[in-house]
Amino acid sequence: MKRRLLVGTAIATVAMISPAAAVEPQEVVSTYADIALATYEDSLETAKVLKEAVDKLVEAPSEETMAAAREAWLAARVPYQQSEAYRFGNAIVDEWEGRVNAWPLDEGLIDYVDASYGTESDANEFYTVNVIANDKVSAGGTEVDVSEITPEVIQSLHEAGGIEANVATGYHAIEFLLWGQDLNGTDAGAGARPYTDFDTENCTGDHCDRRAQYLQAAADLLIADLEEMVANWQTDGEARAEVTADPSAGLTAMLTGLGSLSYGELAGERMKLGLLLNDPEEEHDCFSDNTHNSHYYDLVGIRNVYFGSYERVDGSKVEGPSLADLVSESDAALADEVKAKLDTTLEAMTTLKSRAEGGEAYDQMIGQGNDEGNAVVQAAIDGLVDQTRSLERVIAALDLSGIELEGSDSLDNPDAVFE
Amino acid sequence: MKRSVRAAILVGLCSSLALTAHADSPSPRERDDLNEKDRARVENVTRPATRFDKPERFERMSAGATTSTKLINANAFSHSSANLEFAELERFLLGNGLFRKDWVSSPSSTQASDGLGPLFNARACQSCHIKDGRGHAPAQPGDSAVSLLVRLSIAPSEAQKDAIADGRLPAAPDPVYGLQLQDHAVAGLDPEGRVDISYEELPVMLSDGETVTLRKPVLKIADPGYGPLREDLMISARVAPPMIGLGLLESVHEADILAWADPGDEDNDGISGRPARTRDIDGQWKLGRFGWKAIASSIEQQTADAFSGDMGLSTPAAPNHWGDCTQAQTGCLALPHGAQERLGAHEVPDDLFDLVTFYSSHLAVPVRRDVDNPAVLAGKKVFYDSGCAACHRPKYVTRRDVEDPALRFQLIWPYTDMLLHDMGTGLADGRSEGLADGFEWRTPPLWGIGLTATVNAEATFLHDGRARTLLEAVLWHGGEAQAARDRVVEMEMRDRDNLIRFLESL
Repeated sequence: MKRRLLVGTAIATVAMISPAAAVEPQEVVSTYADIALATYEDSLETAKVLKEAVDKLVEAPSEETMAAAREAWLAARVPYQQSEAYRFGNAIVDEWEGRVNAWPLDEGLIDYVDASYGTESDANEFYTVNVIANDKVSAGGTEVDVSEITPEVIQSLHEAGGIEANVATGYHAIEFLLWGQDLNGTDAGAGARPYTDFDTENCTGDHCDRRAQYLQAAADLLIADLEEMVANWQTDGEARAEVTADPSAGLTAMLTGLGSLSYGELAGERMKLGLLLNDPEEEHDCFSDNTHNSHYYDLVGIRNVYFGSYERVDGSKVEGPSLADLVSESDAALADEVKAKLDTTLEAMTTLKSRAEGGEAYDQMIGQGNDEGNAVVQAAIDGLVDQTRSLERVIAALDLSGIELEGSDSLDNPDAVFE
Repeated sequence: MKRSVRAAILVGLCSSLALTAHADSPSPRERDDLNEKDRARVENVTRPATRFDKPERFERMSAGATTSTKLINANAFSHSSANLEFAELERFLLGNGLFRKDWVSSPSSTQASDGLGPLFNARACQSCHIKDGRGHAPAQPGDSAVSLLVRLSIAPSEAQKDAIADGRLPAAPDPVYGLQLQDHAVAGLDPEGRVDISYEELPVMLSDGETVTLRKPVLKIADPGYGPLREDLMISARVAPPMIGLGLLESVHEADILAWADPGDEDNDGISGRPARTRDIDGQWKLGRFGWKAIASSIEQQTADAFSGDMGLSTPAAPNHWGDCTQAQTGCLALPHGAQERLGAHEVPDDLFDLVTFYSSHLAVPVRRDVDNPAVLAGKKVFYDSGCAACHRPKYVTRRDVEDPALRFQLIWPYTDMLLHDMGTGLADGRSEGLADGFEWRTPPLWGIGLTATVNAEATFLHDGRARTLLEAVLWHGGEAQAARDRVVEMEMRDRDNLIRFLESL
């Protein structure tokens, strides 16, 4: 803060020749919170549109209403994936995230599956429980009444038996209901659920009424969950308070989120693992073959946070003083470096996205023997890893490393550790 | 969250000062990784508590800088060491992906993750280590026993005795069924049988007239798939232990553990404590630290054994592709394995094995709750006064020279001496393993034990999951712990409640 004061004095006296006023960390974390609010608001709005499309599909099942519901789901993923940059730095987001975006899932919990899926898993008693086909489901000695499929019921089944793959709620549960299983392995094609799965007059796959009930309940629950997160970032919201109360802590949260999403989560668990195993199941949006977009918009979200600028779904912009501005001020060369690396990753992600849009889906790209596809994915991974190296330098440059070390190891600081 | 970034920087600085660990030093009696000043500091900070009116310094952070301070919920055991840098976090998350991955039988289109079985207990690590926590015994007859397995052995021949004494063999395998019962098999092959556990009720009267009913397991193997079981077959059930803090336990200096060993009970306190010895994958004799009978000295060894015995997957450290299939199980040996030349000599390629080992070394211990609560502090005093701390040794400072910077020189509170103790006839399985006899068990760590049910509501305690509550687990203690257990039975209810409150705060 001392430095800021000096700059302030300088401006007062030599205002005429001074460049633009210095960026305050307080403003940067405010922008961060504003963009969070806008991103979650857009996620909520697009989820509501999805719910409307789902309702239409249920009321009048047809090729058209099915396609429209799928389009709405894809559109809803665009803002949501950008919000992932808020994970890892914000405890409130981390706590909540599993309810809306848990993955991978054992789809047999929800609905019918292909015979090749098998009928039992040693790991998961709920593997083929099939909530849609049953009034009651039981496993491990407990019985759940699912005669009416409500948001509350599916919420209670989420992570049933402590198995993380029992994903009963959120985007991927809805995705499975709209697309069905992708049985093409690393060959072309996404899931191909027929609209008649929701047609009570002309029902395929049995229990069409209950499948519709499930879909609507999951969409309603998604809206409720997103409403909760929007509230967290409003003026009096808890998540906003967490990052704005202490701007240094807020900046650390921002960089922790960016680094963790770039390196561990996206480059690592979501991309590198699939490449190591050449396994089409290791695909984030596996039913819809939308993984290229989910990866791409994760990166867009990272850029939003860093550059302090978010383009909303309606085309308007939310922007303000940014982390990039702050870095420019303290180390212009580093600012250039980060920007160049983020741009390199964007280029690699754009190539990946275009390749997918050109007909080779992400699960094909990670297929064994597809050297060219593998290389495209690897280039994006390399970009993510490389940009994280620079983000680490940002942490050092902004001198955020010492924040928590300042306190002594006295009992006043309960988080102190022996060193 | 803040911590991880901050610590990442520190890690960067520290790594240049790294020393190398000396794996071949023969059982040092004194710590050779510390200078005089540090030795004095470590001695000072690890001294047992003497005051119970307030928490000890650093006590809340059970695992030092690796401690997870994330929200306490069902994911409490699934977080990474808080002081990992971004690149290490990637390794951790990749390991996590593999830990929960279902392996498939060969041949399959996913060549990097096939090779399951042919005989196996589980398809994925996470099947047993439910949410990285404890497994459980089947709640009622007929329930599946995934997170529990049964070890098998027979009386050893002279040659086998030598091999066991030399650390090359944990026990004499059944000639047909091997060292472990695999109750699953790939398509077309019979599983070895089914675990059948029933319980007898065993009431224990407490000082105030309250009765706690223990359940004594009666373990059987039903539907044997490869011929009748031998009369002299020894069987022992094992529940999967929680995965937290393992890297730190591996980083405790051997001299610190040996300092508490008292095999001849020379101090006459009724508690002996014997170090387990075992041959590590590098062929060296080392202190056994992991497993219910401490037959593995390293996480690498433990991981390789689990891949092999539980999933039938070969690794660099356990290279047999057919896992626990014996020569008598010819149908099993005739099935294809999943090793691919392109990916290396083993079903679990080296890089994947390293990731799982790294993951297993870095599951964080959660921060303690309520350390300053008066009931918890009173319970902590009861814990010390009753003698629990004689084996459930509270604290250590890990080695300065560990290869992995995140694990170096951490003050940790695992509540274990990592030694073998005679736990009495009630808990005895009558089956020796490695150097541990049929009465001995390694003191299990207690950190995180208060969150057992938060992570998995079905989880149960002790080696075979017989104890449904912490109090039941305490009441099963016998042998060297008989006196401590009796004190708990005799004490006032309030003290007992406080003791449990203390355990729940771990």
